[in-house]
Parts: sequence; structure tokens; C-alpha cells
Amino acid sequence: MSFEQILFYIFATVAVVGALRMITTPNPVHAALYLVLTFFNVALVWILLEAEFLGLLLILVYVGAVMILFLFVVMMLDINTAPMREGFVRNLPVGLFVALLMIVEIALVVGPRFFGLEVVSSPAPRPEGYSNTGAIGEVLYTEYVYAFEIAAVILLAAIVAAIGLTLRRRKGVKYQDIGRQLDVRREDRVRMVRMDAEKQQD
Amino acid sequence: MTMEMPNLVPVLPEIVVLAMTCLILVVDLFLRDDQRDVTYLLTQATLVVAFALTWALGDDQVRLTLFGSVVNDPLSDVLKLFIYLLTFMTFVFARPYMKERGLHTGEYYVLGLLGVLGMMVMVSSYSMLLMYLGLELLSLSLYALVSLNRDSTRCSEAAMKYLVLGAVASGMLLYGMSLIYGLTGSLNVIEISHAIVRDGADLPMVVAVAFVVVGLAFKLGAVPFHMWLPDVYEGAPTAITAYLSAAPKLAGFALFVRLLAEGLGPVTAEWQQMLMVLAVLSLFLGNVVAIAQTSFKRMLAYSTISHIGFVLLGLLAGTNDGYSAALFYVVAYALMSLGGFATILYLARRGTEAESLDDLRGLNDRNPFAAFTVLILMFSMAGIPFTLGFWAKLAVLRALVQVDFVWLAVFAVVMSVIGAFYYLRVLKMVYFDKPVETAPLARGLDFRLVFGANGLAILGLGLYPAGLVALCAGAINV
Repeated sequence: MSFEQILFYIFATVAVVGALRMITTPNPVHAALYLVLTFFNVALVWILLEAEFLGLLLILVYVGAVMILFLFVVMMLDINTAPMREGFVRNLPVGLFVALLMIVEIALVVGPRFFGLEVVSSPAPRPEGYSNTGAIGEVLYTEYVYAFEIAAVILLAAIVAAIGLTLRRRKGVKYQDIGRQLDVRREDRVRMVRMDAEKQQD
Repeated sequence: MTMEMPNLVPVLPEIVVLAMTCLILVVDLFLRDDQRDVTYLLTQATLVVAFALTWALGDDQVRLTLFGSVVNDPLSDVLKLFIYLLTFMTFVFARPYMKERGLHTGEYYVLGLLGVLGMMVMVSSYSMLLMYLGLELLSLSLYALVSLNRDSTRCSEAAMKYLVLGAVASGMLLYGMSLIYGLTGSLNVIEISHAIVRDGADLPMVVAVAFVVVGLAFKLGAVPFHMWLPDVYEGAPTAITAYLSAAPKLAGFALFVRLLAEGLGPVTAEWQQMLMVLAVLSLFLGNVVAIAQTSFKRMLAYSTISHIGFVLLGLLAGTNDGYSAALFYVVAYALMSLGGFATILYLARRGTEAESLDDLRGLNDRNPFAAFTVLILMFSMAGIPFTLGFWAKLAVLRALVQVDFVWLAVFAVVMSVIGAFYYLRVLKMVYFDKPVETAPLARGLDFRLVFGANGLAILGLGLYPAGLVALCAGAINV
């Protein structure tokens, strides 16, 4: 077994265990953290596949941003999970049946028949010094530059919409006026008071 | 590495619209509320400049640029010109209405222009990626526009429905597109078409086509994916409804032609049947349910559904005659629909929405000019001979009969006759009922001019349809 395979089995095992713990743990915060663990290990598997850009992106975007947001929501909502657990035994047969059905269906569509190593050989390793960040950048800013720009315009539209729908100018709110803050001189704020020393009383 | 600079001239109108939108966005920040007309004038100027540019650059050549993802052909030129025109008219109609309701903000115009940009991208895209991005740009602007009046629960409800169902539709479309990409290995419309001819199409392709058709049908509002349409049309501020009902339908039509006719042309037989179901259901439900409406806005919404049915009939013929008939129909529909919603905007005053059919009672006694325009509009929508709507219906029916779908043509005629009832009922209210309200209609000269021009265009194109027919026939070259 090569070193890469050992690494793969470690990452894959941790990812699968993390995924299992995510759906079995009773605490939603723990579930979110287990999902982070799973994402992280999947990202490592991607890096093993020489997709280092996507792997890092997964960590930055999903682990760094999406899951943290998710964690915030979970913590803020403070969901009581006890009622959701009611009727577990009663619904178990139906759940098991649906799960089995889905497993069979998935196996039919993406079974080893179609995706085994005999059918799809493992990708040939890239030459040394190959950067797939560079490769993505190259097509992104040449062939797909128009789509890239339009995507940027969509973000602009989203910003305009979000501000337009939420910004309310209320009266009586104290806003910061940076210019006035910076213009402030000592004389405006500090008043020198000359007073005689007082004797402290016992 | 070296890279060949793509020819940017065909996308010059897009660049101008985007640059001007950014400029307007910044200029608007420095304007007081009572100077908002500057934003309005800049917006209209942008549309005029874009119109002139597209007009000047337009010829009968087909040009591909930006690595084959953008096409500039007569179809895209014609659709873009009509999109500018309709949006220009919408803004004229909308301004007094938005002012009365305190909605006359810079965001309205900026989002309106971004929507126009989305439509422009849609009509000249030859790549599924751009189609989707254009559609999202348009949809996102529309969601925000519908909810612009954020203090009204009715608007928020409409926007919420629109957002959720729109997202579902985008998902469907995207899923279909990803399947097509997986099957053909290309995002480019021409390459997809070649790949299908080369490799043949089997069941997965049919599934992909079904998803694409469902996604597009959702966006256009064809039955059974129409549920959002009446609620959104009714809930949105009328000026937004006018925007929503006119130009975006042209862009939706463009997607149908680009994706189904050009990209999936080799599997016409598959989507033809799907469109047939959609068209028959739309014609039936649109016309029958419209009879039961008491709100003019809802009635126009159901009338839209039935018109969409007719457009789909033209598309499913699958011939150049069919496509040009559908183009003719969708242009005619957009003009008529805009006129219909402009009527509501004409009647509306501060504090009064005037969206009920009862508000139209005795309009002739109050304002014969508006009443006559409504007469032209309703005759045209009903398809009374020698109106624009009549020629549009005739062209579609002719295209259907040419490909031996006589039963469909007969069905469409029967449904149009049923539909004529509720259009003519509007005219009965306008001309033969006593007015409920007697307040005079107060709208500025610009509104009345454009409203009159809209009516005259429908009347004039009804009497001399040859020009528009030739334009539509020249635009289609699949």
C-alpha cells in the first residue's frame, strides 16, 4: 500500500465517521462541528487528487464562511430538539425503508459498474510545477471573462437590492459623523478648571 | 501566454448600459428627493443611447464573439430594440405612479436598468452559462422590484412567492442544463446541437429537455407552472407589474429559441410534445379563469397566461414560420399588455389603486381618449379582425396548419372566442356603464403622449402589419 493510499483511507474514514456522527449526535452545535470535520477531510481528499485549488476553496468558503454562519444561526435560534425526537421508533420502519430504497437506487445509477477503477482509470499525475489555480485563472479571465463580469453585475444587483430593501432612515438616531469627529479640537472637549487643592477628609 | 483580444463591438450596447447604470447609481446618491427626475432622465437617455447603438450596429450578419458565447444576429437586434422601447415606455408610465406612492427612488431605475442588462445578455447568449447568468440578473432585479414597496404586506407576499418559485424554476433549468452539459460536453449552443446530431439522443437527453422546458415554462408562467403569476401581478405595485409583463417575456422567448430551437433543434420532436401540453393547458386555463376575475390586474394576468399559450403554439410548430409567428405574437403581446397596465396607471391616483374592473365603469364619460385606447387594446387582445392581435393569432395559426396541427389551431380559435367574452365585457363597462367615480384623470403630457402612441401603434400595426411581419421573418434564421 502506497503512502497516498494510506492517507486516502485515513481521510476517507474520518470523513465518513464525521458524517455519521453529524446525523447521530443530539446536539446541533456538535453536528455542525462534525460537518466541518467532514468538509475538511473531503477537502484533503481533493488535494490528494491534485485539485488543490478546489480543496482550499472548500475549506475557505464552506468551513470558513458557510458553516460558521450556520453555527451562528444554530446558536442564536436555540432550538429545542426534544420534540423532534418523538416518535423515533414509530417512524423507524418507514425511514429504514426509504433509506434502503435510496441506497438501492443510488447503487443502480452510480454503482461500481459505471465508476469502478476498471471503467474510469485514475487520473494521470500532472507534471511537476503544474498549477491548477493558474489554469482556472487563465480560462476564467479569457474564455469566461464575459460570464465572470455578468456574475459580478449580479452581485451588484444583489447589493443594490439588499440595501434598497433594508436601509431605513429613522429620525432621532445618532449617527457617527467622522468628519466632525476628526475636526474636533482640544478646546471643544476639554475645559481647564483651576481649583484649589482640597484637603482629603478622614 | 498570449491571448487574442475578442471583438467587443457586438457587446457595446451592454457595456454602455452597464457603465451608465453604475454612473446613475453614483449620481443618484448626491441627489435630493425632489431632484429624482435627474435619475429618471439619465435612465431614459441610457435607453435611447443603447437603442441608437443597437440600431447603428445592426445588420443581417450573424456575428459570434467572446469565444463563441455571445451572438449578435438580427433576432438579438430586434429583441433588444423592443426591450429598450418597452422599458422606456414603462418608465414613462411608472414615474407619476411611483411618485404618488413615495417609491420614486434611484434603486427603481438602477434595478430596472440592471434587469434590461440581464435581458440583453439573455437574448444574445450562445452559451448556457450566459443564459443562466442573464436570467438570474433579470430575476434578481425583478424580485427586488416587486418588493420595493416594503411596507406593504401584499407586495412582500408577492415578492416572497416570486422569489421561492423563481428559485425553484432556476434550479430546474440549471439541472437540465447541467445534464445537457454532461451529455454533450459543451455549454455552447451550436456545439450542443452538433453533439446531439453526432451521438444521437436517448432517455437522459429527454429528461434533460424536460427539466429545461419546465424551468423555462416556470419563468414564462405557462400552465401548470403559472401559480405565481396572478399573485405576483396583483401584489406588485402596478408600475412594476407593467415592467414585469412586457419586456421580460421577450427575453424568455429568446431563451426558448436559443436553447430549444437552436441548441436542442435535433430533438424537436421531444420538446414539441411538452410544449403542446403546456400550450393547450395555458390557453384553456388562462381564458376560462380570466372570466371569473373581478380585478383588472388579475384578469390581465390570466390573459397573459393565455397569450403565453399562443406563443408556445408558434414555437412548437418548429419551423421558421412558427418561430417568426411566435416572435410577432410576443412583440404584439408585450405592446398590448403594457397598454393594459398603463390603463391602470392612468386611472390610479394618490391613495387609489384603481385595479378593480369596476374602476373602468363609465370611463368614456370621464375621458374619451383613454376609453378609445382601451377599446383598441381590448379589440387587439381579443383578436378582432384588422387589429394587431388578430394578425398575430393568424400568423401562429397559419404556422400550425402548415405542420398539420389542425386540431391545435381549432382549439386555439375556440379558446380565443371564449377569451373574447371578458375583453368585450371590459368595453361594455367602459362605454355603457355609469361611472362610479367622477374624478378627472390627471396625468402629465408625456404619459398621455406615450399612452396614445402605444394605442396608435397597435392600431397602425393592425392596419399595416406588413412591416412588423417582415421584421420578424427577417429576424428568424435558425
